[in-house]
Amino acid sequence: MTPDTFIKFGIDVLIIVIKIAVVLVIGLLHVAYATYFERKVIGHMQVRLGPMRVGPHGLLQPFADGIKLFFKEDLIPEKADKVVFYLAPVIFMASAMVNLAFIPFSHNFIIADINIGLLFIFAIAGIGVYGIFISGWASNSKYAFIGGLRSSAQVISYEIAMGFSLVGVMIMAGSLNLTEIVRAQENSIFGMYAIPQIVGFVIFVIAAVAETNRTPFDLPEAESELVAGYFVEYTGFRFALFFLGEYIAMFIMASLCTVCFLGGWTLPWYVLKVLPFLQHVPGIVWFLIKVYAFIFFYYWIRATVPRYRYDQLMSIGWKILIPVALANILVTGLVKILL
Amino acid sequence: MDQVEKIFETRELNVNMGPQHPATHGVLRLVLDLDGETVVNVTPYVGYLHRGIEKLGESLSYFQALPLTDRMDYVSAMSNNIGYVVAVEKLFGIEAPERAKFIRTMVGEMSRISNHLLWLATHALDIGAMTVFLYCFREREWILELFEKICGARLTVTYPRIGGVRNDITQEFLESLWKFTEEFPSRILEYETLIDQNRMWLKRTIGIGVISAEEAVNWGLTGPTLRGSGVPYDVRKFTPYDAYDRVEFDVPVGTEGDTYDRYRCRMIEMRQSNNIVRQCIEKLPPGPIMADAPKFTLHPKDAMFPITHPTKEHAFYIDEKVCKGCGMCLRACPVKAITGEKKKPHKIDQAICLQCANCLAVCKFKALKIVPGGKGLSEDKLKELAQAPLPEEITKAKEHLVEHFTFIKRGPRAPEGDLYVATEVPKGELGFYFVSDGSGKPYRMRVRAPSFIHAGVLPRLCVGHLVADVIANIGTIDIVLGECDR
Repeated sequence: MTPDTFIKFGIDVLIIVIKIAVVLVIGLLHVAYATYFERKVIGHMQVRLGPMRVGPHGLLQPFADGIKLFFKEDLIPEKADKVVFYLAPVIFMASAMVNLAFIPFSHNFIIADINIGLLFIFAIAGIGVYGIFISGWASNSKYAFIGGLRSSAQVISYEIAMGFSLVGVMIMAGSLNLTEIVRAQENSIFGMYAIPQIVGFVIFVIAAVAETNRTPFDLPEAESELVAGYFVEYTGFRFALFFLGEYIAMFIMASLCTVCFLGGWTLPWYVLKVLPFLQHVPGIVWFLIKVYAFIFFYYWIRATVPRYRYDQLMSIGWKILIPVALANILVTGLVKILL
Repeated sequence: MDQVEKIFETRELNVNMGPQHPATHGVLRLVLDLDGETVVNVTPYVGYLHRGIEKLGESLSYFQALPLTDRMDYVSAMSNNIGYVVAVEKLFGIEAPERAKFIRTMVGEMSRISNHLLWLATHALDIGAMTVFLYCFREREWILELFEKICGARLTVTYPRIGGVRNDITQEFLESLWKFTEEFPSRILEYETLIDQNRMWLKRTIGIGVISAEEAVNWGLTGPTLRGSGVPYDVRKFTPYDAYDRVEFDVPVGTEGDTYDRYRCRMIEMRQSNNIVRQCIEKLPPGPIMADAPKFTLHPKDAMFPITHPTKEHAFYIDEKVCKGCGMCLRACPVKAITGEKKKPHKIDQAICLQCANCLAVCKFKALKIVPGGKGLSEDKLKELAQAPLPEEITKAKEHLVEHFTFIKRGPRAPEGDLYVATEVPKGELGFYFVSDGSGKPYRMRVRAPSFIHAGVLPRLCVGHLVADVIANIGTIDIVLGECDR
């Protein structure tokens, strides 16, 4: 090993560490302000103001919440399975955070540009279910237990629909690498896969809501019947870890949607043709705009619709979404062969 | 397979829902036996909010028991008050004047609207629709503000009185109420836009908690919970009280008897109530607001003003020679301004005294003296002034005050006998059953609380459904535990 290669290696590592630091800090800050954003958006939809007290327009509210959660007493049920109880939020949070590494935020701004990025995200997101499930189990509480069971059943069934909905994208792009999926969209006729893959897109959006346990599929934490579901026994910072994990998972889903269906950091060519000056805007701006539009959509749903019942949710997943997704794969494949 | 079954015994999951639970509308406790998500058995337990209101009613005079009824169904306190006063008026054989009747009908319907708004809000929130909750509270707040304009209280109003209402309403109030009734139908449309045709709402409510008309009657259901099953029973129509026979309204009924039908019934009822309020405003006659029955109704308080009005700066003084030290005034004083040992003359601390005249009313030995305009004077000066004869105006007021006090304490002498009077509160049929032994207090006061009877039907509605439907069913029967447990 020559000193040259050694230095090169060192620089590469440094760049990766910097990227990780940036993504981590931005990711956590994002969560803090995603909660603020949610409360403001829903607040205004519900003819109220949302947080207003801490800082101007309540801008410091997320920090107040964080500090509060940090200093809360850490309560553990006496009969809980202690080790698993400690482990569950960590698994949940970590699996959500790891996924940040595979998201291409912009041209060349990705921590790990691996060829099976899409699959990897699914695999890691699947691990998150363990966090939910074992937290429900370890709490030794019936409410948490039902919540955990519901959640694992729900997440597993919707993961199938979600995976299938993305197969169309994989076929069209001919790759599992997220960067390449974006590039393939850039060069396609429509500029984004949301138009030719409209069926897959709709299924993905529905499944993403279910995957992240949001209204109307928030059955695992249905506050009216299960109080808070699987994390009902968690307090203080352990609770915050679940909370963080959920919001990061939301961010991951929004990013995945942006990357696979909305063209990632690129704009469709026809938009650039009409408004050529837009190409000077850095790609990350478009990426974030798309992601936040999607997150806004999450909030919008939450403020609008009631909650599904457990059996209804399952029947939607298995009887509608999965067959339709399969049909979509078939049609996409046929079109790909014929063209 | 057989072997596995032998090793693993399966049994239902026993879940305790409540008494602390966000969706059991207070302190209802349900013990659920679950087979997976399916409910096998439900046992409701009530009594966590028992305050002995029926028993308390026996030791309080008819006037004094009125504020207790606020605390039963605190969501629609006005209706409960009306239910009570209507029953007591029947017992006394008196009738409220026309104007009071119309006012009571009006505020009763306002209360119905506010109750149904809260019901819709919580029912929708239980099913997961968050925004409806806040929209409903926006209008409920409006109604509560209108209540505040009438009587100064928002929730526990105690506005109706035996034989009428507490105070007359103003033109300004009527105008703002009219504005509300003009605006309100469009607000109902707003809620319906959110949930009425929403597929998720329909899926969660249609076919849930179905109960047939016959069964509903057998279970003793009343109000919208019964009408959802298609039985057009409404106390307001069948035995009209107050001014209900002079206003026009329809009684909405459902067909299927499921949660959705009950929801529709209540939504239409809100519109009907709105109409009734409008009719009451239009037809409101002039005249007195209290029945002319001095034996049974509270006396006007104006006659006591020379003593009790805050601008009159009287001082109260205990004549040491007369005072026997019985301690009555000591106990009556709300601010503990009176001190002194037993069997020794008491003393009033003028710095603390509020001039409320409570001690004056209870003193049996006439030891308490009023010193007109004596506020802030020294003890010696008061002693000197206390010997002077009082102006006639104050003497009269004093007599009136003492008389008023004993009247409230002792209560109006009701005719002997017993009777049951029902009124239609938002939750159903609220009945008061009195047994009177001719004294100023009922020998027995029994309340037929719709919430209590509705809570009993929960097992019938829930068994066989899923956990989430239990919540929907608790919402649809519209119970308030304050009334249920009493």
